[in-house]
Amino acid sequence: MSPGKISEYIIESLIKLSGLIIVGFVILIFLFLFRDAVSLFGGYSPGAFLFGRNWLPISEPPQFGILPLLIGSVYVTAGAIIICVPLGVAAAMYIAEVAPKSLKHILKSLIEILASIPSVVLGFIGIVWLGPFLKNTFGLTTGMCGLTGSLLLAFMAMPTIISISEDALVSVPRTFKEAAYGLGATKWQMLWRVMLPSAASGIIAGIMLGIGRVIGETMVVMMVTGNAPVIPESILQPLRTLTATIAGEMGETVSGSEHYYALFAVGLALFIITFIINLIADISLQKARK
Amino acid sequence: MNFARVREKIAFILLGATMLIIVLPILLIIWYIVSNGAGAVTWEFITQPPRNGMKQGGIMPAIVGTIILITGTMAFSLPLGILSAIYLVEYAKDNFFTRLIKLSIVNLSGIPSIVYGLFGFTLFVVYCKFGASILAGALTLAIMSLPVIITATKEALEAVPQSFREISLSLGATKWQTIRNCVLPYAIPGILTGTVLSLSRAAGETAPILFTVAAFYLPRLPHSLFDQVMAMPYHLYVISTQVPNMPLKLSFATGFVLIMVVFLMNLVSIVLRAHFRKKKQW
Repeated sequence: MSPGKISEYIIESLIKLSGLIIVGFVILIFLFLFRDAVSLFGGYSPGAFLFGRNWLPISEPPQFGILPLLIGSVYVTAGAIIICVPLGVAAAMYIAEVAPKSLKHILKSLIEILASIPSVVLGFIGIVWLGPFLKNTFGLTTGMCGLTGSLLLAFMAMPTIISISEDALVSVPRTFKEAAYGLGATKWQMLWRVMLPSAASGIIAGIMLGIGRVIGETMVVMMVTGNAPVIPESILQPLRTLTATIAGEMGETVSGSEHYYALFAVGLALFIITFIINLIADISLQKARK
Repeated sequence: MNFARVREKIAFILLGATMLIIVLPILLIIWYIVSNGAGAVTWEFITQPPRNGMKQGGIMPAIVGTIILITGTMAFSLPLGILSAIYLVEYAKDNFFTRLIKLSIVNLSGIPSIVYGLFGFTLFVVYCKFGASILAGALTLAIMSLPVIITATKEALEAVPQSFREISLSLGATKWQTIRNCVLPYAIPGILTGTVLSLSRAAGETAPILFTVAAFYLPRLPHSLFDQVMAMPYHLYVISTQVPNMPLKLSFATGFVLIMVVFLMNLVSIVLRAHFRKKKQW
């Protein structure tokens, strides 16, 4: 074989290997989480983990009930999604059809800027401004609560929802629009009754990806939601999410202790939840492409 | 004016108002950080280590740490990301293995950053015995950055017209020669844009570096890949939650420097994209 052929063989093998490595990473992540998570269930029952109502890792005996954390995550996520889905979809409609071309570019760049603001900066703003502001405006007992987290997370999920929904709206076939106009529809009727339904699967994909982003977000919720691992009665109370629990407690655990394994079990739960959400998003994206 | 027209007008005004509700807070947040932070950023702040329990001095070690981490992340994720995108676009057939890779990329992009942190800790810090180190942190961030780099590279490669490949192959070039000389050069702008974007995200991430590299307070600079470093996002987290009576001015200044670094990287990627788009000839 000539040197050229050999180097070509090497580079092509590397290319094929790298595809394999990507799959390998996912398997590695799952295996390593699984390995440590399962160690918890040697001495702690899975039922008590999944349905336990108390997360008391340093009491005697410790309790690792994931329910308060899970409900905390659900509260914050639901709050964020209720705020950002209507706003985000409306903004996507505005950018796709209503805004003049020059404004469109400015708006899109602003959304990109929002996407690039690091979450820790938003958390900081929550601490110094939004939290105190909500506390004073609504007379809450504390500004560090679920609502503050939801508001900030709504803004974090906004770029994902807007850009994917806008893509979906723009890729609605022209013939659909022309047919609607031909029947005498106004632009709004066309947008509301024709474009929105045809872009539905793309928009759903955007919403799912937004939910995935919000559930997995760590720094904002750790900084502003008050870190109270109890089942919250309302979104105005301090609570704690799955992500914040890992981030907040990992540094204090002893490697190999029950608490340490419990945090990996929480990580595995997060991994599985986000995997399912992203799978749904991917399926609706595939559907939208057809 | 008929009823439908009135309704259209109202609907469009509402849509515009919604847009305003989204845009105003973005501008407000940026203005808030800039107006409070810019004034506190002095030469001393950028070039000096923190002093007196971080309540005085600057953030030089954190800036350097973030730059080192970003460089390390790029060194690992760029080659791997580009090669696997080449595989997907140029080599992969539509079979089970290809679908598995695509599913893996979707999955990687959805994994929460804190789970990457856990994984990086158990694999690199504990299992590989790297300890909390630049190496462990950069590897963790690199795996997290892969999906964005792969997706951007894939799109850039797919945008190169098929005819470029056909002509090169018909002239007797091998597959790899074709990719190297007739496909990659035209895809570089897209690849660069995606890379810079993903690195700007990695620069702002806190959760993945919490247990893999970030140091609470470490005024000296690292000597090797196995040292810990401070990092800007983690530093902002620490001084805004863990240090009592922290002067707010310094927190704002840290936030300001952090978003400036991230914005600057975004700006580079936008300029690159615009520059190459102008030069594109097909």
